[in-house]
Amino acid sequence: MMIDFELSKKTKGAQTMIRAFSEQALRPIAREYDENEHERPMDIINMVHGFMKGGMGGGAGGERKKKGEKSEANLRTAVTIEEIFWGDAGIALAFGGEGLGGAAVRATGTPEQKEQFLTRFTGDTPVWGAMAITEPEAGSDTASLRTTAVKDGNEWVLNGEKIFVTSGKSALEDSDGFVVVWATIDPKAGRAGIKPFIVEHGAPGMEITKIEDKMGIRCSDTVSLSFMDCRIPEENILGSAEVADKGKSKGFKGVMATFDATRPMVAAMAIGVGRAALEYLKKTLADEGVVIRYGISPNRMTAIERDVTEMEANLKAARLLNWRAVWMLDTGQKNSLEASMAKAKAGLVVTQITQKCVELLGPIGYSREILLEKWMRDAKINDIFEGTGQIQMLITARNVLSFGRDKLK
Amino acid sequence: MVSFEPSEEQAMVKETIAGFANAEMEPVMRDCDEAGEVSDDLVKTGWELEIISSSVPEKYGGFGEGPSALTGAIAYEELAYGDLSTAMHIVSPTMMAYTVLLAGTDEQKERLLPAFCGEEFKAAGAALVEPRYSFCASQLFASAKREGEEFVLSGEKCLVPLAADSDEILVFASGEPGAGFAGVDAFVVPKGSLDLIISEREKNMGLKALATYEVTLKGVKVPLANKIGADEGVDYLNLLSRSRLALAALAVGMMKRAAEHSRDYAKERVAFGEPIGSRQAIAFMVAKMFLEVDATRMLVWEAAWKCDRGEEFANDAAMAKNYAACQAMEVCDGAVQVMGGHGYVRDNPPELWFRNARAFSTLEGIAMV
Ligand SMILES: Cc1cc2nc3c(=O)[nH]c(=O)nc-3n(C[C@H](O)[C@H](O)[C@H](O)COP(=O)(O)OP(=O)(O)OC[C@H]3O[C@@H](n4cnc5c(N)ncnc54)[C@H](O)[C@@H]3O)c2cc1C
Ligand SMILES: Cc1cc2nc3c(=O)[nH]c(=O)nc-3n(C[C@H](O)[C@H](O)[C@H](O)COP(=O)(O)OP(=O)(O)OC[C@H]3O[C@@H](n4cnc5c(N)ncnc54)[C@H](O)[C@@H]3O)c2cc1C
Repeated sequence: MMIDFELSKKTKGAQTMIRAFSEQALRPIAREYDENEHERPMDIINMVHGFMKGGMGGGAGGERKKKGEKSEANLRTAVTIEEIFWGDAGIALAFGGEGLGGAAVRATGTPEQKEQFLTRFTGDTPVWGAMAITEPEAGSDTASLRTTAVKDGNEWVLNGEKIFVTSGKSALEDSDGFVVVWATIDPKAGRAGIKPFIVEHGAPGMEITKIEDKMGIRCSDTVSLSFMDCRIPEENILGSAEVADKGKSKGFKGVMATFDATRPMVAAMAIGVGRAALEYLKKTLADEGVVIRYGISPNRMTAIERDVTEMEANLKAARLLNWRAVWMLDTGQKNSLEASMAKAKAGLVVTQITQKCVELLGPIGYSREILLEKWMRDAKINDIFEGTGQIQMLITARNVLSFGRDKLK
Repeated sequence: MVSFEPSEEQAMVKETIAGFANAEMEPVMRDCDEAGEVSDDLVKTGWELEIISSSVPEKYGGFGEGPSALTGAIAYEELAYGDLSTAMHIVSPTMMAYTVLLAGTDEQKERLLPAFCGEEFKAAGAALVEPRYSFCASQLFASAKREGEEFVLSGEKCLVPLAADSDEILVFASGEPGAGFAGVDAFVVPKGSLDLIISEREKNMGLKALATYEVTLKGVKVPLANKIGADEGVDYLNLLSRSRLALAALAVGMMKRAAEHSRDYAKERVAFGEPIGSRQAIAFMVAKMFLEVDATRMLVWEAAWKCDRGEEFANDAAMAKNYAACQAMEVCDGAVQVMGGHGYVRDNPPELWFRNARAFSTLEGIAMV
């Protein structure tokens, strides 16, 4: 092996193609689908489905390699995600595909379950997958979730409430999708009792109770779900139904395995939005004749030179940390620490970068005539979902200090 | 294809130097700082790592094929993990050796390089920084004027490492004021001229074991043959960028040491009935240190990788260096803070790292990868 930052030809090809698509198809409609919340560009979504067929973001973490194997599949996904989110984060999140639900199936399902539940995403029309962990009283502290699943004959009966389910409406109302619901089969067993269940669209007892209005990523639907004696087939539990000894249980550990694969993809989303803002700023400055002198000594830099070069370095650092986390995924190495570092860095820097870009362009930055202010609103979510910035730091710190949950709360 | 795995050779370099840094450099770091001297033994052992000769081609006395910025970055990180002053002393001669190697004429390479490939440490350093608050690497005030068969060099320099012990100093001066990077050239200035004045050792906040000097050039005359690269001159921005990568890599090494020190202390030190690392205020600070060590290293590696491929890398190197300077200060400040009062006293290393870290934003041209 050798340290190498050159993307494979195939990945570069995908990158170029998606960039062109983002520029020509997403940018022109980005504002429209921000202003008209809850509407979606179905023609674009169908078209994207036509050529992705469930690949794209949905495949996040799908490719788990054995140690030593060479693959760039996850990196390719991260790179293309950056390009799409550079185009528009809201619309990109609304694309069909397995989403987090698929990622959960891949991380925790048996081979038969993967076959059973994932094939639908490659059909002719777009289908959405969603994942529901968060509850009103359980956000970062996922392990305290209260939704229950009780076995009754050859069915599971679910009761509880989930919130902030990305693409929940798309999955359950607009397509033959499903949501992976995390619920406990034994509230006394803590983490070991928490299991993932596939709940299909149309399951009796499940209802969409709210569709959120949001600051940004408005094209993406975010819903609350209520489960009242919601009955699903016995075989819809992903993995084993044993409240097994820790080592064997894939249950709650499955969430973590999912996150190791999906966090870098969220970091890639963040980086796409951050790059959009920074590029816009640099272009505007260049058009105004402002020259950024990179090589001069830092004590001689103007404020704007300092800001721009600092933002560039931060964005690149985030991307490289993320590429490393994804490379580890591609080469079968455990990457929880690196994935959390990457997401912590990316979520934070793009939040700061987009805010700074708006600031630096004065009234232009604040205006809804251009997309910069939208990117600032879109960027913020990356420091929240898939684990907030603080939670990423907590995971990083626990890894670094070798402290368990008991020693570092 | 993207990979973050060093080559076998790089892994070996890393392991060898890490062993030396851990076992020999670090234990004497404090003594060197207090005494204001590096240890001759360590410099000797450091020289035996053959950092320069492994980059110089056989016909000029070495056994390599030119410097690899990436391998250099990996090596320098490990050296600085041991002790920054000693590391800088050991690699200071790279400024002259690599400048000659990368930009010199055949005659200059034959004349100057073999001395850098011998068994004895060859002291040499570059005179680049100038003693002005407004110093900027793109605008050197030191001037070089051609007068017949000689160049006449004038100006003031500071932070010149090992100047007193060197037979020659590599002086960067501007032949064309106002031309920015493009106007700068490099000259080998032998000691001995009465117009070349080397001060007493400088007294700096940190890097106390590294001997640096002010150098004043009062119309020093050097033969035409001593202008590196003859008429073509040097690609100063390229050399400067390589030296920025060297500094950034050194910063990463020291930051890594400081981060690990903080981690270990945070696990052991008990306050309010718990290890201080059990509180997020400390735990997150330590986590951030590790994150930024990795982030900085990534920036250095990527720029070095571009450099080795012959791609444009000056902006990347500048950003990596500035980022490293900033993070080094933050990380080492954190290392003091994690120890509380114990971080402020000279029994413990953080205060030394803290003083050293401040140097990175000021320094240029200390070493090259
Ligand atoms: C648009 C959107 C889409 C989402 N999509 C999904 C989805 O598809 N599926 C899903 O399950 N969830 C989803 N979420 C939920 C998201 O993952 C949670 O909002 C997030 O994990 C934070 O949980 P919370 O909102 O309950 O905040 P809390 O957990 O209440 O956190 C509040 C604050 O306290 C901090 N905090 C909490 N615990 C600690 C700690 N131990 N140490 C330090 N600080 C701490 C947090 O960082 C945060 O700043 C989505 C959310 C949004 C807004
Ligand atoms: C030059 C100097 C002069 C001094 N003069 C005096 C004097 O005249 N009289 C005197 O009595 N003392 C004096 N001190 C001691 C000084 O007050 C202590 O060093 C200081 O209170 C910190 O205690 P500590 O060094 O034991 O650090 P610790 O208490 O061990 O703290 C280590 C780190 O952990 C952090 N930390 C500790 N507990 C928590 C917590 N619960 N939550 C979050 N973070 C935490 C601290 O902020 C610090 O960053 C002096 C110290 C110095 C360096």
